[in-house]
Amino acid sequence: MTSPGPGDFKFIISVSPHVHSGQDVRSVMRDVILALVPGVLAGIWFFGFDAFRVLVLAVLGCVAFEIGMNRLLGRASTIRDLSAALTGVLLAMNLPSGSPWWLIIVGSGVAIILGKAIYGGLGYNPFNPALVARVFLLISFPVQMTHWVVPAGITTGLDGITGATPLGAAKEAAGLGKSLSETILPDTLQLLLGNVGGSFGEVSALALLLGGAFLLYRGIIRWQIPVGFIGSVVVITGIAHLLQPDRYLGPVVHVLAGGLILGAFFMATDMVTSPVTRTGMLVFGIGCGVLTSVIRLWGGYPEGVSFAILLMNALTPLIDRYTRPRVFGQVSRKLFEEAPSS
Amino acid sequence: MKFKGGIHPDYHKLTADHATVVMPLLKRYVIPVSQHIGTPGEIIVERGQEVGRGQPLTSPAGFVSVSVHAPTSGKVKKIADFPHPLGKAQPAVEITSDGEDAWFEDIAGHGDWRDLTPARLKNIIRDAGLVGLGGASFPTHVKLSPPKEKPVDLLILNGAECEPYLTSDHRVMLEHPAEVMEGIGLLMRALGVRKALVGIENNKVDAGEALKRARPVDLDIKVHLLETKYPQGSEKHLIYALTKRQVPAGGLPMDSGVVVQNVGTALSCHDAVKLGRPLTERVVTVTGSAVREPANVMVRVGTPVAEVIDFCGGLTGDVGKVIFGGPMMGIVQSNLAAPVLKGTSGILCLVESEISQFQGAPCIRCGNCVDACPMFLVPSIMGLLVERNRFADLGEYHITDCIECGSCAYVCLSRRPLVQFFKRGKLEWHEHVKQLEGSVS
Repeated sequence: MTSPGPGDFKFIISVSPHVHSGQDVRSVMRDVILALVPGVLAGIWFFGFDAFRVLVLAVLGCVAFEIGMNRLLGRASTIRDLSAALTGVLLAMNLPSGSPWWLIIVGSGVAIILGKAIYGGLGYNPFNPALVARVFLLISFPVQMTHWVVPAGITTGLDGITGATPLGAAKEAAGLGKSLSETILPDTLQLLLGNVGGSFGEVSALALLLGGAFLLYRGIIRWQIPVGFIGSVVVITGIAHLLQPDRYLGPVVHVLAGGLILGAFFMATDMVTSPVTRTGMLVFGIGCGVLTSVIRLWGGYPEGVSFAILLMNALTPLIDRYTRPRVFGQVSRKLFEEAPSS
Repeated sequence: MKFKGGIHPDYHKLTADHATVVMPLLKRYVIPVSQHIGTPGEIIVERGQEVGRGQPLTSPAGFVSVSVHAPTSGKVKKIADFPHPLGKAQPAVEITSDGEDAWFEDIAGHGDWRDLTPARLKNIIRDAGLVGLGGASFPTHVKLSPPKEKPVDLLILNGAECEPYLTSDHRVMLEHPAEVMEGIGLLMRALGVRKALVGIENNKVDAGEALKRARPVDLDIKVHLLETKYPQGSEKHLIYALTKRQVPAGGLPMDSGVVVQNVGTALSCHDAVKLGRPLTERVVTVTGSAVREPANVMVRVGTPVAEVIDFCGGLTGDVGKVIFGGPMMGIVQSNLAAPVLKGTSGILCLVESEISQFQGAPCIRCGNCVDACPMFLVPSIMGLLVERNRFADLGEYHITDCIECGSCAYVCLSRRPLVQFFKRGKLEWHEHVKQLEGSVS
């Protein structure tokens, strides 16, 4: 050092770029949790304290299992990135409001341990952790997982009565060979607001759409997945309904009832388990929509959103591989370049 | 007038309204022999020799090579390895000033460029030691000599200055519009094209207006304002935004009929022809919140960076990084004894809290990098391949097309050191190709 001064400073030496947007995993997870607030509030409004209990147990459960797994595997704490808390919120929203406490804890453990930690933690999990837990519970404890409370408290003064979800009722009718016209279904407004039976966080389409719009506005999710997902459900169930209106519900019911809005905006868009390319996202979204429609219309379950997303999760690496954008300056793909030239 | 991808960082053009100030003469300069892409020149002065300002200290070694020149008159004190901005000590000539600042006796103007042949113009430009002043430092005369099989019909002037903080090109266009325009004219003549476009980001409307007003009536030079978006100043993206021509992957601008020069280079070309003066000084933006008095400074090539910073009031105590160039692609400095080079457009001093600390947390596949990549690559997956030593798969992902602009790392939620991954990945990929070729033959 020849000149005075410079030696007094300690410099950080690293490669470019030297500045950053400031966004990180934590800020994105926080935004997603914020976006879920309207849906959570709607659930609590319709299902009361029970729903709140599910939420608290699921979040605490997931965070506790995350801490436990970090300790067990000797990993640095990942609580601050809020991903475990978000998994808890999403899991809660996918459970019936009357879920027993042990069901919620088992679900939290499955989500964090089998859904995420065993793969290496956030970023390495191929499947959406909350959905892994939901499907695990649905298969293992079908009775508890389909014990729906129909929110009746507001109008009748009762805490709630149990009954089927709109999609479940339709599926049951179809199974009995009855026409849909004999089945009592909630009207569109009730479906939109969420005054229907179902998992605590999936019922209010309006509240969920509000949160979804926020995520789109913030650029955290891209339109390709929700539009591809919901769009293809509308098209397929619409065609089926046109052909056999007595047997198949219309597209409006299919969109507003069940877990489609929650799934399309908050579950399928999970960054880790969905494609990174825009084209891939569209393919992924359409795939989710097609599978959901097939399961709902012709499968054994009334609801197919969870299965559809998990199946598409498995295809994500393949979709990414075949939807790579054409590189700038790549005048034509190799396929065409190999054409014989004279 | 835009390209796809890219990012909108905070621009922090702190010095946009600061008129260029000239740094007073120093007692000592250190002029590295290697200041450009290509072969360094051979030293042609001896220890103790008296030199005039602008006297060549080296002679070009081959075609892709240019001289360096004495920044002032004085004596050659030492020829040895000195600190270099690229990190490793490199051969340099140390000059002690005699305070006269007298020009070398051979220096004389060459008159109006309109009277000179293209070949003569290229010789003058080479002898003046001119390189691209935007940062890449590729010898200017080489760019002006495209091979016959690659016809060039357009000259593009890069006045985008898309790097945050930097304002040296902005000031050059604002303060010397007529000289820049004349410089463009002589570059057009040297290149043999009839048309030139100037691309400027629309955060410098005043610079665009100044150039438009200064346009010589005999020249077809159009000035275009472009969207302010990083990396607008990347050659390929500038060409695309202005002409919609795509430089083929792995190719050069001349493969799409274009040659790109920086606006500062045009000014220096004008000085080299009109006044006969080689490149011995340039405008440097000294900026960032860790320097007390940010400014645009006319600095002689070979000035130790510590002196430039002192001239601008010195560093604040919480300085974290001193960078040659901008925050996106600039090169970090470890030793403030390193001198300003021909390609040094800025000296950026950032405080510790402003600096991105790359952690290499796992990729969460958010896709931000895919949206940001102006080359339409998939940085997230490329980063994973490098991390897992799967270098053979990098070719399929076109790693060689990465321009290292840093847009991906800027938006990465996990703050992964993506540019570092790709610098390494390119080396490993080339190694892999070499091995493959070796096993075939």
